[in-house]
Amino acid sequence: MNPAPRMALVGSPNSGKTTLFNALTGLRAKTGNYPGVTVERKLGSVSTPSGPVDLLDLPGTYSLLPISEDEAVAVTVLRGELEGEDRPDAALVVADATSLERSLPLLAEVIGTGVPACLVLTMVDELKARGGSVDLFRLQRELGVPVVGVVGHRGVGIDDLRALMADVKKWRQPAEPPPFDTEGRFAWADRALAASARRQPAESERTRRLDRVLLHPLAGPAIFLAFITIFFQAIFTWAAPAMEAMESAFDALADGLLASAGDSLPMHLLADGVVRGVGGVLVFLPQIVLLFTVIFFLEACGYMARAAFVIDRLMGWVGLEGRCFIALLSSYACAVPGILATRSIPSPRDRLATILVAPLTTCSARLPVYALLITAFVPARPVLGPFTLQGLTLMGLYFLGATSALLFAALFKRGLLRGASMPFYLELPPYRFPSFMAVGVQVWRRVKLFLRRAGTVILAASVILWFLLNFPRTAAPAGASANEARQSVIENSLAADLGHAMEPVFAPLGFDWRIDIGLIGSFAAREVMVATLAQVYAYSGEDDDTAGLGIILRRTDPATGKPPLDLPGALALLVFFVYALQCVSTLAVMRRETGGWKWPVFAFGYMFVAAWSLAFAVHEVAARWLQ
Amino acid sequence: MSRNKKGADQAGDGLHLDDLPRLGRARVVGVAGTGPEVTRLRELGFVAGTEVSFARFAPMGDPMCVRLRGAELCVRAREARRIRIEPLPGAGGDA
Repeated sequence: MNPAPRMALVGSPNSGKTTLFNALTGLRAKTGNYPGVTVERKLGSVSTPSGPVDLLDLPGTYSLLPISEDEAVAVTVLRGELEGEDRPDAALVVADATSLERSLPLLAEVIGTGVPACLVLTMVDELKARGGSVDLFRLQRELGVPVVGVVGHRGVGIDDLRALMADVKKWRQPAEPPPFDTEGRFAWADRALAASARRQPAESERTRRLDRVLLHPLAGPAIFLAFITIFFQAIFTWAAPAMEAMESAFDALADGLLASAGDSLPMHLLADGVVRGVGGVLVFLPQIVLLFTVIFFLEACGYMARAAFVIDRLMGWVGLEGRCFIALLSSYACAVPGILATRSIPSPRDRLATILVAPLTTCSARLPVYALLITAFVPARPVLGPFTLQGLTLMGLYFLGATSALLFAALFKRGLLRGASMPFYLELPPYRFPSFMAVGVQVWRRVKLFLRRAGTVILAASVILWFLLNFPRTAAPAGASANEARQSVIENSLAADLGHAMEPVFAPLGFDWRIDIGLIGSFAAREVMVATLAQVYAYSGEDDDTAGLGIILRRTDPATGKPPLDLPGALALLVFFVYALQCVSTLAVMRRETGGWKWPVFAFGYMFVAAWSLAFAVHEVAARWLQ
Repeated sequence: MSRNKKGADQAGDGLHLDDLPRLGRARVVGVAGTGPEVTRLRELGFVAGTEVSFARFAPMGDPMCVRLRGAELCVRAREARRIRIEPLPGAGGDA
């Protein structure tokens, strides 16, 4: 059997390319990286009347001149010059029908690569609604390639496109190639449009009205700030019921395992190491789903570009640009995609500065740690209207991370990364109501990544930590209670040795050796801190298994007469987590993106120094004023 | 907002994109200079003959947003000064 034909999807950002890809392939896309470079590669399968076709989604580009890495990948794939990647049999060029004057020149470049091309016009419904038009039949004749109009999120025209994809051999191609130079390509596009009864659509009325408010000199920034405040408040309060339900479910499962199968060591590994360890991280799933849903929804609406537009001047002051803001915004989910998103920044210096500060923005892996400590130590006192002290503390931590990222970026740009910067440009797409499927697919990809991490890295870390905490086995002193016996195992464990070795460094911040064990765990992934502490304290706590980890942290330990963590120590720990780069995945992606260990080592160093000094300062101040 | 209109980085005399807020609408003549950043501006649609109109300034006065070829594009004043424009035939100076 012949392998399925391979086609490439080419188009600019905002062209509706992703929506079209989803409409054609459904949820079955395989994602990965192109060999040798770090541009995301997405491959899906499309069923057509003649059988399946593999569809490769190339990175979004305005042109094929290889200025950025994304464009370089797109053009080398189309020319069949990328090692390990078969040359596509055909290319679908996606263009927004409402701004054809700008998107059509890309088609000329694709035709120039020699790959059979066709043009897919998206948003044809919006074109009509805004009073614009183009005669597809005449456009097809003028351009010399097949043309199909679609409405990606409604599925309109998708069957026509499938039929077209079924038989590339029938595609007509222009007798002579279009011009190659920029001016020539734009003129070629303008000529073809003029001959195709093209009427440019009126400005989108909805966009004009919304922007009059959302980009208003005063109202715009105010709405931006209000939105961020409500956003964080919502994540903290709306996700709470689902999280609590999951927490009790995992506790019940662990208790049930221990109660039914007896007090054996393997059963403890399963209940405490696996169920409680991994479960302690899985409970943050509702929060992560909510965060990504809001982020992707606003991105698809078109608001994220406005946010970059509003904030660009500020970014200019610290020597960065709006796109750096977008990369930093992605880092709120996770620094790894944030660092990958910096590839669209044309200036290498801006890009490096953004990579170095991206881990300072509050990634979702910190959220479990913040949630644990805030719930345990900050009272849920109402402050103003719907805002509580807890919500505002969380917002404060996000704010601290964001301003620190900007300050360090400014420092780097004025110091070791000084030099001329590249031009800034940003497109403001019309406001569009996103399809729920498109948002859902993106959220699902992130959730899958999180679940995979919970099932691998975090599971492995939990199991290793369980062994460190439980070995070597020491015999309990005669007449000791079950709880005292557990205490004695932990105190003589390998983990305790490690924690004690770290104590001189972290004692000034108010962390004891048990918290230090948590810090070791957090290096695999920050949220493992929670699982680790769950293991450390589930043993040393009272025989009251339903008590939450937060309550255990705050409650006075009868053995020492002190709580495991006091308020100054908890605040210091929060600040330490704002700054410290304890994340193996981030260091690995930094090494890959900067081509060596120099910059990840530098980043780890400066962030540890900042984390330790500021946590120390906070501990000193809090110990003096808050107790 | 047309400060430092005739800066040293400009090629020749005439109007530039940072004069657009005053004109309202204009036509692109070309982008001064060479290099990837100039290529990028041209690839975005700032090619000779393209009509541009002013949309708005960002809340803090920079960048500004212009309409061209059916899209809204934001550029900073620094880039705007590299893009040469001319008034549309028959249009007044303060449309």
